[in-house]
Amino acid sequence: MRDSRQLIVARAVQEVKDGMYVNLGIGIPTLVADALPADVNVLLQSENGLLGIGPYPTEAEVDADLINAGKETVTAARGAAFFDSAASFAMIRGGHIDLAILGGMEVSQEGDLANWMIPGKMVKGMGGAMDLVVGAKRVVVIMEHVNKHGESKIKKECTLPLTGKAVVHRLITDLAVFDFTEEGMVLIEVMEGSSVQEIQEKTEASFIVAAHLL
Amino acid sequence: MANNKVWSSFSEAVEDIGDGSTLIVGGFGLCGIPEKLIEALKNKGTKNLTVVSNNCGVDDWGLGLLLANKQIKKMVASYVGENKIFEQQFLSGELEVELTPQGTLAERIRAGGAGIPGFYTATGVGTPIAEGKEVKVFDGKEYLLEEGIVGDFALVKAWKADTMGNLVFRKTSRNFNPIAATAGKITIAEVEEIVEVGELDPDEIHTPGIYVQRVLLGENYEKRIERRVVKGDI
Repeated sequence: MRDSRQLIVARAVQEVKDGMYVNLGIGIPTLVADALPADVNVLLQSENGLLGIGPYPTEAEVDADLINAGKETVTAARGAAFFDSAASFAMIRGGHIDLAILGGMEVSQEGDLANWMIPGKMVKGMGGAMDLVVGAKRVVVIMEHVNKHGESKIKKECTLPLTGKAVVHRLITDLAVFDFTEEGMVLIEVMEGSSVQEIQEKTEASFIVAAHLL
Repeated sequence: MANNKVWSSFSEAVEDIGDGSTLIVGGFGLCGIPEKLIEALKNKGTKNLTVVSNNCGVDDWGLGLLLANKQIKKMVASYVGENKIFEQQFLSGELEVELTPQGTLAERIRAGGAGIPGFYTATGVGTPIAEGKEVKVFDGKEYLLEEGIVGDFALVKAWKADTMGNLVFRKTSRNFNPIAATAGKITIAEVEEIVEVGELDPDEIHTPGIYVQRVLLGENYEKRIERRVVKGDI
């Protein structure tokens, strides 16, 4: 059986280009940082006020005053900068972040994203996700194609409360890669071990199959 | 001129924070929280507080102490998922919650401190947080009207201060603290070191003393870490 998480992360890594300023969401997106090739130099932004997240610290380096947005102890990379929360979100909202890679609960065929709240469950809050999806130049969502009941997480319309409307540029799942274009949602890649037919069966949303896959 | 803003007693420094006050409190998670002022407020027992802060601590530390003591009536925050007492009080209706996207929260505080009553942002358009908010179109794109926040008091934690209230923060413990400092009618700062006027390089001051009314020296900072991760853990 394929490890869907590894597949997704390995594909997401290809979205990150040398020289970018990137914000990685909490959870699986964080794993993208460790998988980056050595020749891809990027500055990772942490919305609590750090541009240039470094590796996790050694025991001796642990510093309670230096954490990432997931509240984990980190270090600062060479060339890093610290700033306050308003400056951090000016950076995000102002369109200065090249790429945000975020997790998702549902994505619609219009590129709507839901990833912060399940009705009936305790609301934890959206943190910085709503700002990131409207502010980053490019928003890539990574998630499993179906939920644990085998139901498509890619919907005609999201059933969960939205994080942002028509904000997703690209969606990477364990089965497929889609782009959101003027014409609609387009299947642009079939992941290893999957097929156009399997993707069609497991996707509730309507999508176009790119010409090179036909 | 009130050049010496240093207070020696935390309990006296929070004495005039009355029931029903609105507080803006710095910190992100447990990083850069004014832990001594929160403890003093817990000991004083002030009730019906409206607290504006990115998070609400954990069950037994930070703002979670005020929650456990039932001192908070309303919380304005972006993420509150680390706290079971929070969940209980929210579900029972004891606690009112206004969830605000983190960037909007930061800008509302910044705006409040800068004399700006409202601003437009694309954050939240088409989502549940847009309900009841004015929408305005700029250049074909929709934006929501969000309001600035001013607190009766702001409680902040800095690394160093001079006796005039100029503040310097350290690493990511800066977070919401400098903007919170601007948005309190009375801003109280607790710090790890107080130096004489002139010892801080004017170029290195993050928060000019004009925003700060009281400075206190805290001792034995706990600086609790929420997720201690070291090399090789992940």
